[in-house]
Amino acid sequence: MKSHLLPDFVVERIEERCNRCGVCVKQCPWGVYSWNEDKTEILIDYTKCVGCQRCVVYCPNKALIVRPYPGSYRPNAYWTKEVISDIKKQAEQGGVLLVGTGSDRPYKVYFDHILLNASQVTNPSIDPLREPMELRTFLGRKPDRLEIEIDGDDVEIKTELYPNLVVETPILFAGMSYGALSKNAFLALAMAAKEFGTLFCTGEGGLPKDMREEYGPVAIVQCASGRFGVDPEYLNCAAAIEIKIGQGAKPGIGGHLPGEKVTAEISATRMIPEGTDALSPAPHHDIYSIEDLSMLIYALKEATNYEKPVFVKIAAVHNVAAIASGIVRAGADVIVIDGFRGGTGASPKVMRDHVGIPIELAIAAVDQRLREEGIRHKCSIIASGGIRCSADVVKAIALGADAVYIGTAALIALGCTMCQKCYTGKCAWGICTQDPNLAKRLNPKEGAKRLVNLLRAWSLEIKDMLGGMGINAIESLRSNREQLRGIGLEEWELRVLGIKGAGE
Amino acid sequence: MRFVDSFLDGVRRLEEIVHQARIEGDVAEIDAKGLKHKELNDLMRFCVERGAKKLILKNVCGQRYIGTRLFFNPGVKVEIIIYGTPGNDLGAFLAGHRIVVYGNAQDGVGNTMDDGEIIVHGRAGDVVAMAMRGGKIFIRDSVGYRTAIHMKEYMDRVPLLVVGGTAQDFLGEYMAGGRVVLLGLNLENGRHRCHYIGTGMHGGVIYLRGKVEKYQLGKEVGVVEMEEEDWKFLEKVVDEFCGYFGREIKMERDEILGGNFMKLIPVTKRPYGKVYSY
Ligand code: SF4
Ligand code: SF4
Repeated sequence: MKSHLLPDFVVERIEERCNRCGVCVKQCPWGVYSWNEDKTEILIDYTKCVGCQRCVVYCPNKALIVRPYPGSYRPNAYWTKEVISDIKKQAEQGGVLLVGTGSDRPYKVYFDHILLNASQVTNPSIDPLREPMELRTFLGRKPDRLEIEIDGDDVEIKTELYPNLVVETPILFAGMSYGALSKNAFLALAMAAKEFGTLFCTGEGGLPKDMREEYGPVAIVQCASGRFGVDPEYLNCAAAIEIKIGQGAKPGIGGHLPGEKVTAEISATRMIPEGTDALSPAPHHDIYSIEDLSMLIYALKEATNYEKPVFVKIAAVHNVAAIASGIVRAGADVIVIDGFRGGTGASPKVMRDHVGIPIELAIAAVDQRLREEGIRHKCSIIASGGIRCSADVVKAIALGADAVYIGTAALIALGCTMCQKCYTGKCAWGICTQDPNLAKRLNPKEGAKRLVNLLRAWSLEIKDMLGGMGINAIESLRSNREQLRGIGLEEWELRVLGIKGAGE
Repeated sequence: MRFVDSFLDGVRRLEEIVHQARIEGDVAEIDAKGLKHKELNDLMRFCVERGAKKLILKNVCGQRYIGTRLFFNPGVKVEIIIYGTPGNDLGAFLAGHRIVVYGNAQDGVGNTMDDGEIIVHGRAGDVVAMAMRGGKIFIRDSVGYRTAIHMKEYMDRVPLLVVGGTAQDFLGEYMAGGRVVLLGLNLENGRHRCHYIGTGMHGGVIYLRGKVEKYQLGKEVGVVEMEEEDWKFLEKVVDEFCGYFGREIKMERDEILGGNFMKLIPVTKRPYGKVYSY
């Protein structure tokens, strides 16, 4: 069938700069560039271009420009090019549209409608360069009260404490599986977490045996509905276990890692035969209620001798506050709430773009509800899904989170350009691919360095913002909504966020 | 709202319950009477840490996760004999131990079990062998709904579930590997009544002794001819089954093997490969 689609991008070459070196032919995994027969000319088929910008960055002569295809249908604010293209694609292929990354739709971004406070005159700001500033965060259940015994200089905590995790900055790497990610990308996250003193989450694809000893202690290992790679050693080598109920990019549905991505090494880690689809059912089939969730939480605690906190990750959906309350009562030590901007390696487009709610509203609602019920201390809250910068981190924490997960931002640090083609397995940046030739483009050491740099930069900025508010510990920022003001928000939005309007 | 932790509230310290365990040589006997889930598992771990290789649990009544807390590195393998009715998630994440139950079991037997054996002289509830990835489970009588969901295999790790009776709906849903055998020893008029057998199945094999109609099967499974290898496999399985339960069931090995067996396998390893457009 002849395709009626318009191209997405156009590739322009500045001819006087190009010396036909052939780098673009090698770099583009999408088949845009090819040599002519006698290897004198490089042909360009820009209809295949996905806009990943790999060629542009790697062209030694800076001869390339890749930009959105300028031609268009008759401009129409309702029947946009995207809408028309999607219909055409489905008319040609008859299937569910797949996409990678988080939703790109222009829904309201609440982070961008919230402003932070700073101290002026009435309380002093703090200079983090000269004064101690604490970003260290403890994740896990806290006791109802602390009994302390003081004997001279010796202070001893008498209360038996629940297992807690310590991170040096309130930023952790979100669950991204080995399988969706290349081994190199996965390794880079693990290495960076270890170096910086934070944690990474394995996602649901298991933890390769050769990484368990070194990176198990900084890993949050996931137990999802497919139970891939879940064995007692996997659970016990980790810092914590995360039960994945849902994810922001595709609430309510499972995941399919297509058989062609299940290579020998992936199959060993997931413990399924090579080439079979790795299907994660939509629900856990042993969890149909809060009571059942509780049963799995305690099964995992039993399996790890009550030594590890158990996380439960859900997508931010309607009634998230009531659900979160149930999860805490079920025994979770940490709740991860993944907003509708959360990324993914592959999701049906319709789910990614239309299901779920913004993380800002979800966090505020959950924190408020747990406080009202007097159980906020029973769990930590991790905000996830669309955290783009240090200011988002600060706002999320002030809205009630203990820490954040970053996924997309971490991949961007590794090279990702948000081309949204992760599900194809051809990621030009070596991140979301199992093709060894592409995967080797990402050097795990260099990747880890970029990630550590990002964590360092954000942490410095967070300290600056805290200092400006006159706060010297991240703990004091949690649910500190007095530090936030809304701008351009309606009454109900301010109410859900629990913040005042700017000027109030 | 008061916060109730039904698992941990009221759990007593080891010192307060240790009198319910008696260790002699490498055999420990635990009187599970009145013990909470965690208390029983605390005692079991305590006994194994003190060298017990065989645990005999008496008066078990609904305690969950029996055997789950016994992962040790390097691995120690123990035998657990249970009298009474173990609670949900018996042998969840089991790390290679052997569990024998004289009585019925509840839901979640062998949930995400890694390796070992579970032998139940009775029936079992729902979600038996969910996501099981190694080892064997033998249930003398029938099992409930959602059996062997997402069981999986890898290389020589092929889990086996053998059920003397029948199963209820959603048997083998999403099954990705392993072997399930339903012997149908207690069927009325020779028919299994479950529906949606093997819906979404994409690996492994289900053997059924007795009849099912096409409409009882998920659309991802097909019925194929039994071959010589299948019979050899079934002979071994039935021998083992009779070895455990021979004296408790009315049928002889040859009569069981003489029954009508069906072999179900997935039609494709990739049942949902065609639902996407790129
Ligand atoms: S490398 Fe990426 S941006 Fe360059 S032509 Fe290929 S697809 Fe387009
Ligand atoms: S990870 Fe790779 S494929 Fe996915 S959006 Fe980023 S650059 Fe594109």
